[in-house]
Amino acid sequence: MNTIEYFKEQFDQLQSENPDSGLQSLRKKGFDSFTRLGIPVRHEEWKYTRIGSLFNKEYRFPVNQTTSVSWKDLDAVRLPGHEQANELVFVNGIFSFPLSTIRSNQLVVMPLEEAAQSEYKEIISKHLGHSGKYLKDGINALNTAFVKNGLFIHVKKGQIVEHPLYLYNITDARSGNILAQPRTLVHVGENARVQLVETYSTIGLDESFTNQVMEIIVEKDAWAEYYKIQNDLPHTNQVSTTHIRQIGKSYTHAVTISLNGGIVRNNLNLVLDAERCEGHLYGLYLQKGQSHIDNHTVVDNVKPNCFSNELYKGIIDGSATGVFNGKIFVQPQAQKTNAYQSNKNILLSDNASVNTKPQLEIFADDVKCSHGCTVGRLNEEGLFYLQSRGISEKIAKSLLLHAFAFDVLEHIRPEPIREYVDKLISERLEFDIA
Amino acid sequence: MLTIQNLHAGIEEKKILNGINLEIKAGEVHAIMGPNGSGKSTLASVLAGRVNYEVTEGSVEFLGKDLLEMSPEERAGEGLFLAFQYPVEIPGLTTTNFIKTAVNEIRKYRGKDPLDAVAFLKMMKEKMAMMEIEQSLLSRSLNEGFSGGEKKRNEIFQMAMLQPKLAILDETDSGLDIDAIRIVANGVNKLRSKDNAVLLVTHYQRLLDYVVPDFVHVLYNGRIVRTGTKELALELEEKGYDFIKNEANVGEEVNQ
Repeated sequence: MNTIEYFKEQFDQLQSENPDSGLQSLRKKGFDSFTRLGIPVRHEEWKYTRIGSLFNKEYRFPVNQTTSVSWKDLDAVRLPGHEQANELVFVNGIFSFPLSTIRSNQLVVMPLEEAAQSEYKEIISKHLGHSGKYLKDGINALNTAFVKNGLFIHVKKGQIVEHPLYLYNITDARSGNILAQPRTLVHVGENARVQLVETYSTIGLDESFTNQVMEIIVEKDAWAEYYKIQNDLPHTNQVSTTHIRQIGKSYTHAVTISLNGGIVRNNLNLVLDAERCEGHLYGLYLQKGQSHIDNHTVVDNVKPNCFSNELYKGIIDGSATGVFNGKIFVQPQAQKTNAYQSNKNILLSDNASVNTKPQLEIFADDVKCSHGCTVGRLNEEGLFYLQSRGISEKIAKSLLLHAFAFDVLEHIRPEPIREYVDKLISERLEFDIA
Repeated sequence: MLTIQNLHAGIEEKKILNGINLEIKAGEVHAIMGPNGSGKSTLASVLAGRVNYEVTEGSVEFLGKDLLEMSPEERAGEGLFLAFQYPVEIPGLTTTNFIKTAVNEIRKYRGKDPLDAVAFLKMMKEKMAMMEIEQSLLSRSLNEGFSGGEKKRNEIFQMAMLQPKLAILDETDSGLDIDAIRIVANGVNKLRSKDNAVLLVTHYQRLLDYVVPDFVHVLYNGRIVRTGTKELALELEEKGYDFIKNEANVGEEVNQ
């Protein structure tokens, strides 16, 4: 049986077992789209990232909870500061309540299926699946086709969540390849405030393929920060979609740090769907070996007077590849838009490569938009300056690369997370000032 | 301490230094003066080991070792320091972290343990006071957004922290107002001792009022065409470089 037939069989089974879950019609829509759109091959948005071959492999594809991950496994992937954090755990794409710890009472956390039948069902039906409007490929639809044991997070109106939310995506590839499809909807209520930190960890030597979708809805006067840290093993692949939609005047801030993995594709959408929204997108990718990182970002200015700023920086070594595609849409009514974008890359080896592409589609006439991209080598004059002070070439390079990364790293606001990422980068660059 | 013999060097086929001979002993201050394009900065760069310069002939011995064989960081480890004419801005690297790394790298080169935090801070405070540098400047990214004077003071501050045996100052005085020159000169004078030497590369005599040299050399067309004492600098200031140029050109003709 090929993968597509297998998906069909799984889908039919899921639908027949869960006839009245409130998510049935969404799943159906998802599966129909998947069937129509298929896996992206010769697709403009996937020009530099080929994932067709990933679907030629056999995966176990768990739809229901089978927790094979122990507390000890969880301990191994916990982030610093977890003693004070809300910890939310996904195992093989399925939200695990028993492994999760919720400390803040400003939060409502429940499985998506349950939320779809609760007092929050209107929020679910209104916002779940909005990312599909922006991602016209089968990958996003495939996640939606199997939405069931995902997670719904609601931050109550007027509440500041003091403790950050740590989301751990654990894939157990100890006995066979795994396809994990985590799904999360975050609803940040009016005048509420929250910080989310997300990581990905595979246990075991078999392959894992994560196809994740997270949708974050931000209401009026709310504030949301989202941090993605990708530091998984080389035999793991992922398509990770983060869809941020601001539906009232609000502030958002996303930082994507990609350090390790096989093929990693990030779709980050920022939809500025109310007047006077502000959104910041930062990214840092350090790649080596054969790894492949693709950051596809979309900033859609739907309403007037919004501000967005985007800065992505990359350091590519070995035979690794970096892709950056930054789309900015300014819709006809979105006058007085301010939208900035910058992508800077350093190539450290002859076999490293970067494809960077800004795309601006502006349909309003009174806007300020700018974009820029650079691909270069390490600053020779800076290197000589440091060496002339007695600093060895190796350490001088490390200091310069760390300095290059700084203006992304400084935007990681939770202190323990910033220190943690800084340490990972020091380890990668093989020098720590401290 | 430093012996330069018949040094020829250039950049991308272009010959700039055409046989420099210079001997600097411990305790001495030498000034190298000369018109624009005479090779002053090239000499400083070649001594510090800047990569794109190529030495085609001659030798440089520093404290009994072949300087030209060493990497820039080894030269620093041996006790050579170059104050840059155009200090490089490095956004994202604080001056404090930079200095701390440099101090400990040089200590490592000399087989010493890294300085502990307390000793390092004590030393830094002392040198900051000497160079009239604020803590806030050192917490900022290296040279980023510094004024011209702040950059040059930061260079001499680094020199004071690294305590070199031979300090080469490449036009450290250019673009400085009189107060900044006084501070820079004060820093240089504090470093002077019977064990150390200083090579001042300068276009003007002004700095030499504050740091009095033992010898003044005039560089022209990549050669030292005259050597004298501090009076030579005064004479140059008064007459300009033309008389040196004329003399040198006449000399060339006679030689031919």
